[in-house]
Amino acid sequence: MGIFTKTAEFFKDRLGKTRDKISSSLSSVLTLGRNIDEALLDKLEETLISDDIGIETTDKLITELRAAYRSRRIATTDDIVPFLKEHIKNYWPARDRQLRLAASGPSVILVAGVNGSGKTTSIAKLAYILSRNGKKVIVAACDTFRAAAVEQLSIWAERIGVQIIKHKTGSDPAAVAFDACEAAVARAADFLILDTAGRLHTQKDLMRQLTKIRNVVTGKIADAPNEVLLILDATTGQNAIVQAKMFTEAIDVTGIFLAKLDGTARGGIVIAIKDQLDIPVKFVGLGEKPEDIAEFDPDTFVEALFD
Amino acid sequence: MFESLTEKFNAVFKSLSGRGRITEANVSDAMRDVRKALLEADVSYNVVKKFCKDVSEAAIGAEVIKSLHPGQLLIKIVNDELTKLMGPVDSNIYFVSPGPTVIMLAGLQGCGKTTTAAKLGKYLVAKGKRPLLVADDLQRPAAIEQLIILGQQADIDVYSEDSKNSVKVAKRAVTHAQKNGYDVVVLDTAGRLHIDEDMMTEISNVAKAVEPHQIYLVCDSMTGQDAVNSAKEFNERLELDGVILTKLDGDARGGAALSVKAVTGKPIKFIGVGEKLDKLEEFHPDRMAGRILGMGDVVTLVEKAQEQFDAEEAEKLQRKMAKGSFGFDDFLKQTKAIKKMGGMKDMLKMMPGLGGKLGDMDFDDGQLKQIEAIAHSMTPRERREPDIIDSSRRRRIAAGSGTQPNDVSGLVKTFRRSRDMMKALSGGSFGGLKSLFSGGFNMDTLTAAMSAGRKIKQRSKRKRKIIRRGKIKRR
Ligand SMILES: Nc1nc2c(ncn2[C@@H]2O[C@H](COP(=O)(O)OP(=O)(O)OP(=O)(O)O)[C@@H](O)[C@H]2O)c(=O)[nH]1
Ligand SMILES: Nc1nc2c(ncn2[C@@H]2O[C@H](COP(=O)(O)OP(=O)(O)O)[C@@H](O)[C@H]2O)c(=O)[nH]1
Ligand SMILES: [Mg+2]
Ligand SMILES: [Mg+2]
Repeated sequence: MGIFTKTAEFFKDRLGKTRDKISSSLSSVLTLGRNIDEALLDKLEETLISDDIGIETTDKLITELRAAYRSRRIATTDDIVPFLKEHIKNYWPARDRQLRLAASGPSVILVAGVNGSGKTTSIAKLAYILSRNGKKVIVAACDTFRAAAVEQLSIWAERIGVQIIKHKTGSDPAAVAFDACEAAVARAADFLILDTAGRLHTQKDLMRQLTKIRNVVTGKIADAPNEVLLILDATTGQNAIVQAKMFTEAIDVTGIFLAKLDGTARGGIVIAIKDQLDIPVKFVGLGEKPEDIAEFDPDTFVEALFD
Repeated sequence: MFESLTEKFNAVFKSLSGRGRITEANVSDAMRDVRKALLEADVSYNVVKKFCKDVSEAAIGAEVIKSLHPGQLLIKIVNDELTKLMGPVDSNIYFVSPGPTVIMLAGLQGCGKTTTAAKLGKYLVAKGKRPLLVADDLQRPAAIEQLIILGQQADIDVYSEDSKNSVKVAKRAVTHAQKNGYDVVVLDTAGRLHIDEDMMTEISNVAKAVEPHQIYLVCDSMTGQDAVNSAKEFNERLELDGVILTKLDGDARGGAALSVKAVTGKPIKFIGVGEKLDKLEEFHPDRMAGRILGMGDVVTLVEKAQEQFDAEEAEKLQRKMAKGSFGFDDFLKQTKAIKKMGGMKDMLKMMPGLGGKLGDMDFDDGQLKQIEAIAHSMTPRERREPDIIDSSRRRRIAAGSGTQPNDVSGLVKTFRRSRDMMKALSGGSFGGLKSLFSGGFNMDTLTAAMSAGRKIKQRSKRKRKIIRRGKIKRR
């Protein structure tokens, strides 16, 4: 793609702030150079689970590790981490991670997620990067529910210098989406990014509302939305799996934006999500400023899991 | 920590023998399930590890009633222990006088602080307070606006300033509250990462400046393993007073509740169960335990089986009483049960028809202890057949229990009397219970008579059951 200049380096730079004990103890065990034993597997399990990879995927990884050991693809403890790293990295081939674009006309990105996951800020980041790369971006304030959500996105739009389509708080979000699509076409925007209200995937009405927004978009612009991003908070635990599942059922999620990866959480749940639902990660959020975004880089991500 | 667990357990199943015990082998499957359930619920890896180890150690050797599998019982024990670990219930907000009481909310980005501030405001108004909300998140775009709107919705005043200095805003807000007669100040703060040194320093400076009376950590219930890291750091920097768990209206299992409680030791005060401002509830450890463990079926099954068992035991005892063969052994069991239930006074309050009469009755659980001491100094046969206690036995028992021989004879006498009374009563019903007291109060009689009410049990749900049973018997 090329427009997301801050990638691996920035990602690496922002990651890796404190997270001591687990990883250091793992590497100390690993330098012993013994064959696989239970204590070692325990340590490994602890690392993987502490990354929020989840018990199921962790078990699966350890099973594969055992198989590799039995078939002599790995011989000593020194081989374990490189084996797992390589194995996990392969979950996200490059073609999976690319932003999907419209063949012609505006590319539409629909953004959704549970409450407080980082949707609005992540939209500001996407809009910032895209517009800085000469793209014409319009954002749409379809969160008409939360107090001051429209104001929040308006402030970002102004700071970044992109256009915004908004209605009053309390109005129909699908109507905002409708107007935004018309504006995007009429003004020949390159990108239209739609913010939506945070909602829990268990709220049937709100999920239906989301489907409706998506349908309105599709009705206005053929093949849109081109990208449906689920914003996941990297501190989220196992619940992220069912979130991904339910949002996919409602709006056919095409990728994940993993926000708040600048903390100590490693966001390992995206491995389980890729494994079980085949949804790739496309971007990561690494701070609260518009420039704190990077394309998802499996290498950096995986290094951090074991750092 | 788990001493009382085994004790509780033994008390429930004491008189049963040969019906199986919890062993390392027969619960290992169940323990594996428990471990998996806790990890799937996002309880911190290390918390799970310690918890599972402690529970299995404490549970080993426990007796299992016939209709249950040891593994099932273990799950019930786990459930009870989780409840205990997340308790006790403490939703009190401690107010200072003169006010205003200053409450500060802190937490990671997007966890729900602003919404919770407004919810708390509403809750305080319902408690008859006059709160002031303070918009001290000067970072997030439109954060001030958000709180102002929420304040309007809830009809609560909001203090805000166009400033970049959160310490000054907080200070001036408290002064404003003092001058204008607000009793509580609820301080919303910016979300921050626990490893963001500048931001953590900022919030500790705010805390130093206004010295909040209560600092609550707001924590998203969907949080995974990282919950321990952030909670620990916030607690170290701010000395938290409590935790508020948000977004429990979803289907996250909420293991963070246990993790956060384990690393901070601070009570979970409230839970957020929706975006609307009335969606703040008091925290219930038992419900949270059930949610985290997710094995409600097994827990219910075990409760039913135990109830059934209790009923059988009660019947057995009743038969004994009817035959007049109720001995001190049975009596001891009952006193133990009474103690578990929170002492005589609490117990009596729950007896149908008695609650109101208690006001003017004066009595003391110390008497129970003396009775127990005496009974414990008897030989098994003496406990079974108190009638054989003669003067030399009496002296021996008195010496053994640190009492006087006439304490012993007094007890034996009232015991005998109440046994006879029970014999008469048990043919009929406990409707006669009230009449027992009309002519005066005799504790021993009461103790013994009550015993038919039954057995162990610790929590209020149990207490209700006991009352129900009392009613059944009266029919
Ligand atoms: N540290 C950090 N904070 C972030 C990141 N992304 C978002 N945030 C913060 O998280 C909080 C919530 O972000 P929002 O963008 O408002 O989240 P949202 O999903 O739009 O929230 P709702 O619309 O209320 O559901 C804000 O304080 C953001 O500044 C990130 O990548 N890193
Ligand atoms: N479903 C649900 N949403 C909540 C709850 N508490 C807060 N929220 C939502 O979570 C998002 C972030 O909340 P906010 O109060 O702005 O968080 P803050 O960044 O910590 O101040 C908003 O969309 C809120 O409406 C809750 O208990 N349940
Ligand atoms: Mg938003
Ligand atoms: Mg806020």
